[in-house]
Amino acid sequence: MTNTWQDIKNANVVLVMGGNAAEAHPCGFKWVIEAKIHNKAKLVVVDPRFTRTASVADYYAPIRPGTDIAFLSGVMRYLLEKDAVHHDYVRNYTNASLIVKGGFGFQDGLFSGWNDGKHDYDRASWDYELDEDGHAKSDPTFQHPRCVLNLLKQHVSRYTPDVVTRICGTPKDKFLKVCELIASTAAPDKALTSLFALGWTQHTVGSQNIRSMAMVQLLLGNIGVAGGGMNALRGHSNIQGLTDVGLLSNLMPGYLAMPKDAEPTFADYMKTRQFKALRPDQVSYWKNYRKFFVSLQKSVYGASATADNDWAYDWLPKLDVPIYDVLRAFEAMNSGKMTGYICQGFNPLQSFPNKAKIRSALGKLKWLAVMDPLETETANFWQNHGDKNPSDPSKIDTEVFMLPTTCFAEEDGSLTNSARWVQWHWKAADAPYEARSDIEIMSGLFRRMQAMYRQHGGAFPDPILNLNWSYLNNDSPTPEELAKEINGRALADVKDASGATVLRKGQLLDGFAQLRDDGTTTSGCWIYSGVWTEHGNIMGRRDATDPREQGLAQNWAFAWPANRRILYNRASADLEGKPFNPNKPLISWNGSKWEGIDVPDFVPTTSPSAGVGPFIMQAEGLARLFARDQMREGPFPEHYEPMESPFPNFLHPKVATNPVARVFDSDRAQFGTADKFPYVGTTYRLTEHFHYWTKHARINAILQPEEFVEVGEVLAREKGIGQGDWVRVSSNRGAVVCKAYVTKRLKPMDVDGKPCHVIGLPIHWGFTGAARKGFGANTLTPFVGDANSETPEFKAFLVNIEKAAGPVA
Amino acid sequence: MTDLQSLDLRRRSASEDTPPSIRHQPEVAKLIDVSRCIGCKACQSACMEWNDLRPEMEEFVGAYENPHDLNPAAWTIMRFTEWEDEAGNLEWLIRKDGCMHCSDPGCLKACPSPGAIVQYANGIVDFISENCIGCGYCVKGCPFNIPRISQADHKAYKCTLCSDRVAVGQEPACAKACPTGAILFGAKEDMTAWASERIDDLRERGFDKAGLYDPPEVGGTHVMYVLHHADRPSLYAGLPDKPRISPFVQIWKSAMKPIALAGLAFTAMAGFVHWVVAGPNEVQPEDEAKAQDILKHKDRT
Repeated sequence: MTNTWQDIKNANVVLVMGGNAAEAHPCGFKWVIEAKIHNKAKLVVVDPRFTRTASVADYYAPIRPGTDIAFLSGVMRYLLEKDAVHHDYVRNYTNASLIVKGGFGFQDGLFSGWNDGKHDYDRASWDYELDEDGHAKSDPTFQHPRCVLNLLKQHVSRYTPDVVTRICGTPKDKFLKVCELIASTAAPDKALTSLFALGWTQHTVGSQNIRSMAMVQLLLGNIGVAGGGMNALRGHSNIQGLTDVGLLSNLMPGYLAMPKDAEPTFADYMKTRQFKALRPDQVSYWKNYRKFFVSLQKSVYGASATADNDWAYDWLPKLDVPIYDVLRAFEAMNSGKMTGYICQGFNPLQSFPNKAKIRSALGKLKWLAVMDPLETETANFWQNHGDKNPSDPSKIDTEVFMLPTTCFAEEDGSLTNSARWVQWHWKAADAPYEARSDIEIMSGLFRRMQAMYRQHGGAFPDPILNLNWSYLNNDSPTPEELAKEINGRALADVKDASGATVLRKGQLLDGFAQLRDDGTTTSGCWIYSGVWTEHGNIMGRRDATDPREQGLAQNWAFAWPANRRILYNRASADLEGKPFNPNKPLISWNGSKWEGIDVPDFVPTTSPSAGVGPFIMQAEGLARLFARDQMREGPFPEHYEPMESPFPNFLHPKVATNPVARVFDSDRAQFGTADKFPYVGTTYRLTEHFHYWTKHARINAILQPEEFVEVGEVLAREKGIGQGDWVRVSSNRGAVVCKAYVTKRLKPMDVDGKPCHVIGLPIHWGFTGAARKGFGANTLTPFVGDANSETPEFKAFLVNIEKAAGPVA
Repeated sequence: MTDLQSLDLRRRSASEDTPPSIRHQPEVAKLIDVSRCIGCKACQSACMEWNDLRPEMEEFVGAYENPHDLNPAAWTIMRFTEWEDEAGNLEWLIRKDGCMHCSDPGCLKACPSPGAIVQYANGIVDFISENCIGCGYCVKGCPFNIPRISQADHKAYKCTLCSDRVAVGQEPACAKACPTGAILFGAKEDMTAWASERIDDLRERGFDKAGLYDPPEVGGTHVMYVLHHADRPSLYAGLPDKPRISPFVQIWKSAMKPIALAGLAFTAMAGFVHWVVAGPNEVQPEDEAKAQDILKHKDRT
């Protein structure tokens, strides 16, 4: 989230698209209700299904799964055509006026630089024209044909309301009504908040779905303001924390990049990370990259990381592929390249696509270690549960270790929520039986492994033997010790330019601004610096004082970065520093400094006349309507069909699907076609359950006991399916037999003259736990991922449905 | 089911007089704002947790209602109705169902067992299990089809409005758990005032017929709904448009009861007169022989 949960109440329009906030985030949804009641907000829902969120919406419009980019490009076209644009904002805070290189272009579904052989883009032309100082050229009058705004106008010009209707199946009047509601927030004192979740991410074009909406928000001037923002509602209590501390294979803590094979030396690595400002006087905060990196290495390798050994750069693994994501991991497992797997806190047999492939892959492992508080399907993948898990244990040699872990309420620690709040929590109960904390288990594994390396040597012992590991009890570091390590401290007296000591040796840092690149500071995750300072555990603060009642309680826990609650808050004020919305100001310039209820984006004494842009992480200081080379599909979003789709892409039939989507050749053969699988399947969650956990709890099992699919009345009539009848839903990868819920909430959509029927597949049932046994919706889903994040496409794929006999027993 | 010590009674089933109360208590009410409800079932979950109820895990039968109906261990359930208006616009009407705690409670009126059903001074209607005889008259007496008789202990059960929590100044568990504030609890007067603000908001949003459900036919209720379509409560999974206590209960309580009591008194009197006049009935030898014959006949079959 750029904003916070509480801040949703400041919105004038709440758009829930690409998510189902009431269903999946019922507690956070209270702030939408607050917005409706106390701010007269309108709730707009765009979704293939009439959801629980839609049940309390002011306006609902249906959309075919996987066509959000077409819809949102249509919205952008509408805004530009009707001039529903926040002009000051777009001119001053976005890259609309910057001029793009002459080589950039788009034709027949492909951007410039396509290489058919490599099946990828050369992205060199996706950039600005630079002047002799290395600064991007601009035309604030928007006359230049290649300024970003004009290129954008041209790009979205194809998405007329008629084209949107033909692609998305949204009736034209409903599309235009949604446009009108969105456009109402172009006024400087109005804001729209975008609430989204897996409904946007779980597509082959997931990242571009979100980008499209971000662009809409920039045109409206709704980023960095109260009640605005792009708000990703995260699906686990700590999934934000997972990405923050770098648990993806291509990341290190604080969104630093894992080195690649092509970067054999530290100098190579830093060469592309100088982040020189692309416009005069910009912050370009990533220019401090070296400080963050060196401090991280000092935290990981302690005294062994020195200037002489390039801060132990050589000890870091180097990626030979862009990312070892889950799809690649299971592909490697299934082809016998990965033979051992530690599965910590998740349940891939239920949550990854193409269940049969996952089961087959797990069966090829030599060993599988599962760390979880619950007995998961993954840990029991070898058990035979008939159609629901057809395994033959006599043919599986995998040795499975189950290591029971504590649950969140059985340990102290921190959770990072969607709003980037790092909140401390305290243990409520002792763990049962032999369960141990994840920290203790991982420490035990590491300590034994380190002892073996010390005793027997090994191919490359340095990174393991030199790891900085000094805690009171090395077999079980405490969460407090780790939190302080993440925060960082001074390793020597740190002096400022005048020679005055600003940090004493050993002192905990106040924040990342104190980090140095000379090895005198440490920090395990630079963006978390400030969580545990000399003032104590900042994450444990529980002061709800909210000075303007705008939902910004600065002294409640800690929000990264720098306790800033609303990112890019500089953009909430005009060039002179006067708030665009005087009723809900965040910060304003008082003549000598920025003051207000939030922590400003930059040093508070930076005068507006200095011309520093609000988007300090970008080298140009501006938000990007044109993404440069940061997205794999191209700098502007473009509509591509889901990998499995019953409809052609009439915009560019030859490039129907995302050309750079994550697909393995072995999986292409398992894609189905519309002649056999004519309907669109989509998976989702129900309020009564949390993923595959709560089916282990009896009350949740009572509230939604059994697997089912949702079918529209029209299709059910065609297929002779009655309410509660048994049905068989199949894809080219498998079949699910369960009961049907025949509903008015899934209506066929008219897509270019043909009906599009959607089959809804709630995901929650498996073969362990208290609820009735089920197949799991991932039996059906395709093994294909988003081009940028590799997230699997769970929201749009081809299925068939037919009436079936119930199970025999 | 509850602790009577801290709650003053207003009425008591099958009793002429109630314990005197020296305290004046404001009437309470639970306000269920259907327009804010997302049907998440947190209320159901909280009800089960607080009251330690575990209904059976059922099957999926083509509806979001789970359990499918109220039962002795499910005192509240969400009812889901997919409804299309005349223009074909779909609405998903979700209503939390459970005891309405009527001011004029049909269950209490119908109950023949002294003290099995009570109404507290604050308006809550509660079932007192140790006095319940499981006759099921409360089921017949309820205009909202709420009480359920347990097959295990043959006693009637329903929502207590968490009278045990309310007695110590807490809100009912469902209200505490509701994430969107769709369930509010407080003085009935305050709830009614707040409801009118909500109704104004709904009318501004185009629900011309929005209104409060507090049916006068049962003297008003201590569970009230804000409905978008207050002109048609029955759209919400059959919420009665005009709830009415069964006429049989009315007759039983008004006309029939004195007549029946008079009949009972007459029978007793007649028996006494017969005893005085004719002496007690005694078993004659021929009666004994007949009885023996019947028993023999039974043995043969």
